Amino acid sequence: MPVIYIDDQPYEVAAHHNLLHACLGLGFDIPYFCWHPALGSVGACRQCAVKVFRDEHDRRGQIVMSCMTPVRDGLRLTIDDPDVRRFRATIIEWLMVNHPHDCPVCDEGGHCHLQDMTVMTGHNYRRHRFAKRTHRNQDLGPHIHHEMNRCIQCYRCVRFYHDYAGGKDLNVFGAHHHVYFGRHESGALESEFAGNLVEVCPTGVFTDKPARRYYARKWDLQSAPSVCGQCGVGCNVLFNERYGKLVRVDNRYHYEINGYFLCDRGRFGHDFVNGEERIRRPLARESRGASLRETSADDALSRATQAVAGRRVIGIGSPRASLEANFALRELVGADSFYLGLSDAEFKSANLSLALLRELPTASLHEIETADAALVLGEDLLTTAPRMALALRQLARRQPTAESIVACPVPEWNDQAVRELVQQQKGSLFSATPGPTKLDEDAAAVYYGELDEIAGLGLAVAAAVDQPSAETDSLATQIATALRNAKRAVIVSGGNEAVMQAAAAVVRALRRAGRDAALCLTQPEGDTLGLAMLGGRALSEVVRDGAECVIVLENDLFARLPEADATAFLERTKTLIVLDHSITRTTARADVVLPAATIAESTGTFVNYEGRAQRCFSAFAPQPDVRESWRWLDALRSSLFWPTFDDVCRAMAQAVPAFAKAPDAAPSAAFRQIGNKIPRQSPRFSGRTAITAQLNVSEPKPPDDPDSPLAFSMEGSREQPPPALIARYWAPGWNSVQALNKFQQEIGGPLRGGDPGVRLIEPEAKP
Amino acid sequence: MLNAEEKQLIEQAVRHYEHPRAACLEALKIVQERRGWVSDDDVRDVADALAMSPAEVDSLATFYSLIFRRPVGRHVILVCDSVSCWIMGYERIVQHISERLGVGLGETTPDGEFTLLPVVCLGACDRAPAMMIDGDLHGDLTEEVIDQLLVTYRGKKME
Repeated sequence: MPVIYIDDQPYEVAAHHNLLHACLGLGFDIPYFCWHPALGSVGACRQCAVKVFRDEHDRRGQIVMSCMTPVRDGLRLTIDDPDVRRFRATIIEWLMVNHPHDCPVCDEGGHCHLQDMTVMTGHNYRRHRFAKRTHRNQDLGPHIHHEMNRCIQCYRCVRFYHDYAGGKDLNVFGAHHHVYFGRHESGALESEFAGNLVEVCPTGVFTDKPARRYYARKWDLQSAPSVCGQCGVGCNVLFNERYGKLVRVDNRYHYEINGYFLCDRGRFGHDFVNGEERIRRPLARESRGASLRETSADDALSRATQAVAGRRVIGIGSPRASLEANFALRELVGADSFYLGLSDAEFKSANLSLALLRELPTASLHEIETADAALVLGEDLLTTAPRMALALRQLARRQPTAESIVACPVPEWNDQAVRELVQQQKGSLFSATPGPTKLDEDAAAVYYGELDEIAGLGLAVAAAVDQPSAETDSLATQIATALRNAKRAVIVSGGNEAVMQAAAAVVRALRRAGRDAALCLTQPEGDTLGLAMLGGRALSEVVRDGAECVIVLENDLFARLPEADATAFLERTKTLIVLDHSITRTTARADVVLPAATIAESTGTFVNYEGRAQRCFSAFAPQPDVRESWRWLDALRSSLFWPTFDDVCRAMAQAVPAFAKAPDAAPSAAFRQIGNKIPRQSPRFSGRTAITAQLNVSEPKPPDDPDSPLAFSMEGSREQPPPALIARYWAPGWNSVQALNKFQQEIGGPLRGGDPGVRLIEPEAKP
Repeated sequence: MLNAEEKQLIEQAVRHYEHPRAACLEALKIVQERRGWVSDDDVRDVADALAMSPAEVDSLATFYSLIFRRPVGRHVILVCDSVSCWIMGYERIVQHISERLGVGLGETTPDGEFTLLPVVCLGACDRAPAMMIDGDLHGDLTEEVIDQLLVTYRGKKME
């Protein structure tokens, strides 16, 4: 590894990085705007200046942009030199000439990279006395708020939206001092990844529109690490709360899964937590035909306990509930009476996925991005697993560039010229779907057909991998050749059994040919695969069997069963007990409704499409009558067995061998840092003593959290927590999300202490 | 809507390149030559013709100061404000034209005859101060020359 000298001190750094990347990785603070670990360098902002020296005798030096300067052995530089300090302060003064200085009313204030960098450079006195250039803002739809006057022209938005994510409707207009970032005309942003602009923009041009409804600064938010349950990818998120409302959802970095970016469904799809449809009090009805009325938790529980006692009770689980909730239900009703709350098609697909994942290796999103060829069979990924589609797009973008880079060595962070060279050349991404999808434009070849035709194409590819022939005119042969030539290939499928089998056949054929190939199977919901691992009977059997008493866990039977079947089944049921967080057609027919906590208010484990168990922690304590489902179910048993989350999680690990490693997904509630819990609130959390003063002037005791090593408090450990427990990104001088740099082993690499979660499925075939 | 002639010319331009989008600037010039400027509708039509998004076309159109995204007069006057012309007193020239036409830089006369715009260089330093009207270069400008030119162009239909 090359050695560079910073102020005459030697440091070992990785050879393929630029100087900014290397210095930030070493823990030095250099201000920057346009550089982003996932978007590379463009040298647009001129902020990251350092001084380099020819040799140890050179005392004069030369100012260079560190993001555009490759690391080389023996390079000597200084970051803290009066010349560069003055240079950087001047640059930020220029950038701020037209900036409105409207921090007090800006939603970015408090987690603004521009604020941080301004303080870091020491530019603290405004000399500009003239009129400022102003822009008209656009209405960019329900998710993103636009305030163009704050722009400092770093081009990050276009580089992410257009180049990285393939969005066509946001661009840069004008030139020199008249630069405008927005749409051709006002209108909702079309990209599925538009929400990332909020985090990519270093200042307040693009801000989270739903979050603006709840005026709150970052330091006033109570946050906890969690997992998105909107699909089976299992992206890591941070839920942020204030005044009992979920204010915003931020990306939580996970090197192997979501990296720096989320899809909009994950970022903006959790409004149900604050929804009008929430069930906040237990409900019960006196008799069939009477209406549901609010009741006390004790009354609801005693009604439910009576209904359950001495009768045949069946339980219907849910792919959107945590493993622990499903396990608690299975323990209550017995394994024979536990039905997976999946539709017929979902049931078959989930069980087949499990069997295939036990046989063949799978790939994380990071492994998909860095693979050399991919084939998508049957899935419209922008709908079923959007973040995976973004990973495949990176494969398609990177591969032709990477090949050209071999011919003409330039570092990957500085590949602008190579991208000009490859133009619209596509990487080895192939897609076969029933109709056009948004991934098609990134694919080298596209096939449209019925699902059985797609399965047929998959089998033909597998056959062509087995027996390579000279003729290359058929699509199957073309795909097979690309897959065989790849160092690492990924086959993506999901949903339909025949198509999934065909995808597995391609992976098997590639592995027979000695190639490194992985199978990725999408899952529709956050815990679909976990539910299949827990095991249970098919929901269609329940319609046939019927039962006197049915407990439905966080599920709407009308979404899983044909209308007539669901109606007939519920009519035959004498007592229906439903646990859910929001009103559904099933809760409307229930005799007892127990209000369940949402994912943002619960601790639980979810298993993603790879079989990775990940822990989510409650960002805020649920309202008094709202409880996590596993707690309700535990209370329905004759005596309390599991006082805390760790008890239920450990019981599950013992009872179900597949989940033996599930407790390792995150540290247990007993974990302490220097004797302290990890605070969910920042040290600057304001209004603690006054926040409920309209009810009582005495400051209430913060809720206890027996379930996790996190505390509902601003007090606790100030150390950097283990990766599974990171509740916010903050470091001295770094209030914005870019503080993440301080949490990574290497910038853009895994988190310090390893990325959280644990893979539960070991395939027979070793990768 | 693009007319048949414009469509045909754009198709011809596309044939010179590997990717249709490479002909974007050419297509914008084809439209502007015929319509005087490029409207929002024209941007959308060019985008359709080249399989680009309107935002991508507009990004290019707005980058170039000589692709007009707002209506201009029948004659466009480009006055050079670069260093040689500045030394030779371009400010006096601009002031004189402004007085004669009653409009400032970036504006169009109410009768729609002239638009007055600055340009960074016309490559005519030897004849500074210089300006260009409808593609014709005029150097060694004086108040008298300008008055004469304005009369000439006012009577002239756009070709």
